[in-house]
Amino acid sequence: MGLAKRIIPCLDVDNGRVVKGVNFVGIRDAGDPVEIARRYNQAGADEITFLDITASHENRDTTVHTVEQIAREVFIPLTVGGGVRSVDDIRVLLNAGADKVSINTAAIHNPSLVQESAARFGSQCIVVAIDAKAVHEDGEAPRWEIFTHGGRKSTGIDAVRWAEKMADLGAGEILLTSMDRDGTKNGFDLAVTRAIADAVPIPVIASGGVGNLDHLAQGVLQGHADAVLAASIFHFGEYTVAEAKAHMAACGIEMRL
Amino acid sequence: MALQRVAVIDYGMGNLHSVESALQHAGTSDVVVTADPEIVAAADRVVFPGVGAIGDCMAEIKRLGFDRLITEVVASGKPLLGICVGMQAMMEGSEESGGTQCLGLFEGVVQRFPGGMDSQGRPLKIPHMGWNTVRQSVAHPLWQGIEDNTRFYFVHSYCVTPTRSEVQVGECEYGLPFAAAVARDNIFATQFHPEKSHTAGLQLLTNFLNWNGSC
Repeated sequence: MGLAKRIIPCLDVDNGRVVKGVNFVGIRDAGDPVEIARRYNQAGADEITFLDITASHENRDTTVHTVEQIAREVFIPLTVGGGVRSVDDIRVLLNAGADKVSINTAAIHNPSLVQESAARFGSQCIVVAIDAKAVHEDGEAPRWEIFTHGGRKSTGIDAVRWAEKMADLGAGEILLTSMDRDGTKNGFDLAVTRAIADAVPIPVIASGGVGNLDHLAQGVLQGHADAVLAASIFHFGEYTVAEAKAHMAACGIEMRL
Repeated sequence: MALQRVAVIDYGMGNLHSVESALQHAGTSDVVVTADPEIVAAADRVVFPGVGAIGDCMAEIKRLGFDRLITEVVASGKPLLGICVGMQAMMEGSEESGGTQCLGLFEGVVQRFPGGMDSQGRPLKIPHMGWNTVRQSVAHPLWQGIEDNTRFYFVHSYCVTPTRSEVQVGECEYGLPFAAAVARDNIFATQFHPEKSHTAGLQLLTNFLNWNGSC
């Protein structure tokens, strides 16, 4: 008996509605975020992540309102990310009821935001999201860089070094998404997951590419992830959270059943 | 019993809406989140939460005079529930923030997790984040209706080891055994977050609302 690995359903939310893209293109509608969060809370999810992909900054109020509604009914941890740019953005989301806030692009432009917010609110609520993509040629040693703009734009920053730096600055957790795998249903990029999970002293959430329950187990067993995140396999009823947990437990992984 | 007021002490360290919502869900509509010592003193039950760095927490607690207030709540016999850094603040001191003197309601100190290896031989991640099992070392009214070894949600980098083992009413393990809950008289305090621990956490909060403050 010990600390369980976590299953985290992810709600990608655009203008107050849950969506999930295929490689961030061709988005499908999967409903009301509050209703879905409530369903996952009852279904035994270990946490919920809410990523706001609303393009315009003016619609932030919708996001805050949705977070407030979810926090009133959901008694498991809630992480909120997307469009977080300042200490003030973080404060607003925490006050709305988020337990953790995920910083993505803003960390790249302004790494001190991670340090400032961890000092201000505590490392336990600061998640740094990393969107990584393989940049090595066949036959070369594996290497991944941080990408922005939905995986279209490279920053030239090495993903493993970056994760180490974020942990040093006070991040409490890394949310790692493989931009090569996101939306493909071909499974996590286990190599980058393992490279980062083994490099940092803080928990790592694997994300991007889950298409079946074996993929979730592989993320932990081969990717060394502390938690696995998935969206569409749960949203469209292909698998329940309970089935996913039972499968992972049958693979020898400690789970909260 | 008449409806009783629960005060959640707000000393400016983080969001307390989840604690408020969870208490409401657990069975009382009369929850007040407050920084006003008089409202706290007048309440029937008190919740003392806490997140973030303990040095900052203790500085605010002292600045606002909540150190004396909490001592008075303890002396009054009213049920008092500490959560996470709230529990850590009840110890004598913490090695966090370069050494922090705490309230001294329990003997013992708060130390950083020493690390160690997991069952696969990999280094344990810190913070200790997620759902871990809690062994109920001692029977207590707040464990009522909760099975032994139920999982609760933890997120912390420092842990409590009480000097006197009899106050440790819940035990967890992460590289080393540590206190998941401590209690004496009218105080019960948890390292885990009942407000984020789903059904088991809500049950514990319901038990707190029904507790008369004696063991």
